[in-house]
Amino acid sequence: MTASNLQGRHRLGRVWLVVFQIALVVGIIALCALLFNILNGSFGFVAVEDTVSPESLAVNGVPLEDLDKDALVQILQAHISAGLYARYEFEKPFAERSAGEVYDLILERVIEPRFVAQWSLYETLTNGDAIRQQAAQEFPNARLEFRSWLNSHFLRAPQSSYPEIAGVRTAVLGSLWTISIAVLFAFPVGVAAAVYLQEYAPDNLINRIIQTNINNLAGVPSIIYGILGLAIFVRVLGQFTSGIAFGASDPATANGRTILSAGLTLGVLVLPLIIINAQEAIKAVPNSLRQASFGLGATRWETVWYHVLPNAISGIMTGTILSISRAIGETAPLIVIGASTFIQVDPEGPFSKFTTLPIQIYQWTARPQSVFRNLAGGASLVLLGLLLTMNATAIILRNRYRRSL
Amino acid sequence: MPLTRATEQSLPATSLKRKLRLRELVIQAVLFLCGLFSIFVTVGIIYELGKESMLFFGRTQWERTNKPIVAAISASDVQFEVSNIGAMASPGEVIRLDDELLMLTAVEGSTYFVERGFRDSLPVPHAAETIIYRGVDPSVWEFLTGTSWAPHAGQFGVLPLLNATLMVSGIAILVALPLGLAAAIYLSEYASPKARNTLKPILEVLAGVPTVVYGYFALTFMTPLLRSIFGQDTVQIYNTASAGIVIGILILPLVSTISEDALNAVPRSLREAAYGLGATRLETAVRIVLPAAFSGIAAAVIIAISRAIGETMVVALAAGAGPAFTFNPFQAAETMTGHIVRISGGDLSYDSLDYNSIFAIGLMLFVMTLALNIFSQYIVRRFREVYE
Amino acid sequence: MTDTAPTATATAAIETNDLSIYYGSFQAVRDVNLDIQPNRITAIIGPSGCGKSTVLRAFNRMNELIPSVNTTGEVLFRGQNIYKPDVDPVEVRRHIGMVFQKPNPFPKSVYENVAWGARINGFKGNMDELVHSSLQSAALWDEVKDKLDQSGLSLSGGQQQRLCIARAIAVRPDIILMDEPCSALDPIATLRIEELMRDLAKDYTIIIVTHNMQQAARVSDRTAFFSLSEDGKRAGMLMEYGDTKTMFTRPEKKITEDYITGRFG
Repeated sequence: MTASNLQGRHRLGRVWLVVFQIALVVGIIALCALLFNILNGSFGFVAVEDTVSPESLAVNGVPLEDLDKDALVQILQAHISAGLYARYEFEKPFAERSAGEVYDLILERVIEPRFVAQWSLYETLTNGDAIRQQAAQEFPNARLEFRSWLNSHFLRAPQSSYPEIAGVRTAVLGSLWTISIAVLFAFPVGVAAAVYLQEYAPDNLINRIIQTNINNLAGVPSIIYGILGLAIFVRVLGQFTSGIAFGASDPATANGRTILSAGLTLGVLVLPLIIINAQEAIKAVPNSLRQASFGLGATRWETVWYHVLPNAISGIMTGTILSISRAIGETAPLIVIGASTFIQVDPEGPFSKFTTLPIQIYQWTARPQSVFRNLAGGASLVLLGLLLTMNATAIILRNRYRRSL
Repeated sequence: MPLTRATEQSLPATSLKRKLRLRELVIQAVLFLCGLFSIFVTVGIIYELGKESMLFFGRTQWERTNKPIVAAISASDVQFEVSNIGAMASPGEVIRLDDELLMLTAVEGSTYFVERGFRDSLPVPHAAETIIYRGVDPSVWEFLTGTSWAPHAGQFGVLPLLNATLMVSGIAILVALPLGLAAAIYLSEYASPKARNTLKPILEVLAGVPTVVYGYFALTFMTPLLRSIFGQDTVQIYNTASAGIVIGILILPLVSTISEDALNAVPRSLREAAYGLGATRLETAVRIVLPAAFSGIAAAVIIAISRAIGETMVVALAAGAGPAFTFNPFQAAETMTGHIVRISGGDLSYDSLDYNSIFAIGLMLFVMTLALNIFSQYIVRRFREVYE
Repeated sequence: MTDTAPTATATAAIETNDLSIYYGSFQAVRDVNLDIQPNRITAIIGPSGCGKSTVLRAFNRMNELIPSVNTTGEVLFRGQNIYKPDVDPVEVRRHIGMVFQKPNPFPKSVYENVAWGARINGFKGNMDELVHSSLQSAALWDEVKDKLDQSGLSLSGGQQQRLCIARAIAVRPDIILMDEPCSALDPIATLRIEELMRDLAKDYTIIIVTHNMQQAARVSDRTAFFSLSEDGKRAGMLMEYGDTKTMFTRPEKKITEDYITGRFG
């Protein structure tokens, strides 16, 4: 082996090292592109045309935003038809509405801002002047404003077919409802199954089948769970999931496509993940604790309840929250079980029709008008924010429990 | 303070007897049932997919032709005029008027010649303007080999959907395998612990992003990117390439994490043996460690393929909304999962053709992914035997 | 140390008849016949892997926590075979406590460590008093009386092990099994535990597994010597059993003498 040969081998080594590093860089670039793309859609210039200018609605020089509720109601009454006013009064009496709600109605019905064009964040930042010129030329009546599609109105407002006033409130509430039901179902069942498999199950055929089966279920595509949910929860158990059996819903119109069905479907979906994570957490509890407990004459359940679970709980919680973050982002199974796509009223309970945040993102992304893509971008930010909060909670929980031990 | 033992010594000898601990028994039973629940889920999946698929294959689907009969017919008429609107049926087909089945023996212009009371149905008179339904029997063979999917037009070939699924998955693996493997080799063989602890979480963030956000990314970033590179005319707005590349990014962390675990499982002694023989770091990694971890990496790839096949939201948004039998990655083609989502997006009525068809496609999807998962577990088991 | 040899009429605290223990199909312990005398310290010694710990754990059915273990023969406690099907292992362990090789306090407060076992066993009396007396019996009270609410894990190794002894005492067992209780401790902590054992022997029957012959000679009244069978099957067998003094001065068997004098093991 000559020295030059060795040099060649080292050179080859360096070349491949660069190749390996590039692979990682590509992964990081992909992540950056993903995040940039969402931000790109969530902020930027929009050209807005108001049907009625807000300045003209000012009373005695007091701008519209600062008016009290009575003045706002008067303005609304003056500008909309009596029939529409009566309908709003019927839906929720104005006496019960807050000033903010009335303001939103004025915005929606009187000022009626319309987005005539919108630009991405990248265009806005790099090409601002050209956009201003273009907007002034093509839309002389419009004002150009920098819009954050993620804003407080967006979070507060229900879904709407007008992008100007649409929000994610119904979708966020729907997501929280379905996830809560999924957790209420999957957490106790999953932890119980994990305790059984780790602490009770003798090594026999049936328990090996259960374990293998759980591992396999974790790999079943989520859409299959949607089909299962459609067949079982929506259809077979429709009487219960619709609330008809409990007298909670009108048998003439209700069906099983409810929050309850969705929550249970997501619960079944995350169950194998929760079980596997909880098993890992229980496995990590040192055996010496079990022996100490048994040595004192504790029964199996006393050992599990007083020693195994308290020591595994932070791991179980962390695993559960991570599984749940996966469920929050799930879309396909909920579409299959028939999540309603256009819902403007807040879900009231487990028997309500619903939509969820990921479904909202899907719907808006799939719309041909590009303005809805901006809404989808804003909704994606909300979803990622929700996930970030959950994961941060998981980490804090884990650390707190570690410290208290 | 010494304890006295006197009282305990006089305990009755029977105190060791097994007590009936009801609470323990109930708790154990409940825990067992929770464990058993996963079996119910699997049985439920197989039963429902199987049952509804049988309905899809086993039952004549009645397709509305929109073609009415012109005049009322009696219970014994064997020929009648049909309107010129709607779809024609061909001789040899079974048609249905109200609840009566008729065998169509011949068609002359707008006259249908029929055998009445087919399959033991009762010949009855039919009013004018009664709509003709045409019977269609999907066969498993046709399902697996037909190249056109249009159930309402009597075409039940799943190949266009399957083909699109395989194309998307193939593209995804082409992206994820080299990148994921290279990243895994770097993290396992080169990176310092500190670098690994910063880089791994970044890849894990990729795994935590919801798939619908990847769908948004595919449609609003990857597709425009591909179109600007390859030309607006070459690349359609919906195409399998964009969906495939994005799914590749989505499964990248899966490939790299499992591969890295496999590489880490290779005993240190093997690496030291290679270094001892004068191998460079690259030679050790690629010639010694990589082959030793081959089965673990193979398992990672199989799991990733399974995940790509089952991935739904990216293809639903970016791959196209209509079955197309094409091998061009720049054209729109609907995958199996994408089709299920689109069909069930509306209010799907029970026992309709569409309802049954998603179960048939779902069954196929389930069998494919399950087979891949079991295969990967088999490989992992063999892989473990080598080192433990 | 007691000088009087126990009389033949004294009832044994534990008596084994042909006790054999299997791991799967491997016979780890073969045909042990042993009677442990009450209120004495019995040491079990022998080379590594001869099944000392396995025998000890057979006395309160701890072996069955390992799935593949199978036990045959009899272990009589108060004249009852604890392996009879109608005997509850939980009840057995309430009467026969255990201290383990490595100190394993619960990750709870010192107080809770002592109180927990008594509480689940239905103790209804004054818990503060029980904790106090148990810790005092374990010669730990003075060291921990000001930190009863601190975690048991915050104590030193030797203190942890005495806490584990206090925890076992609090359940008021008849017998305490100790599985190499000093092997993870330093010499000073070991000495304290040994002194403690001598004190406890007034009220309890103690069986201790040790690989330290000096320890066995120092603390025990009786010694059982185990070794591997010589038929090549490597099963643990009881080779010799008797008063510690006799055993260490005039062993009956050659193999015992070889071990005690350090020729193997």
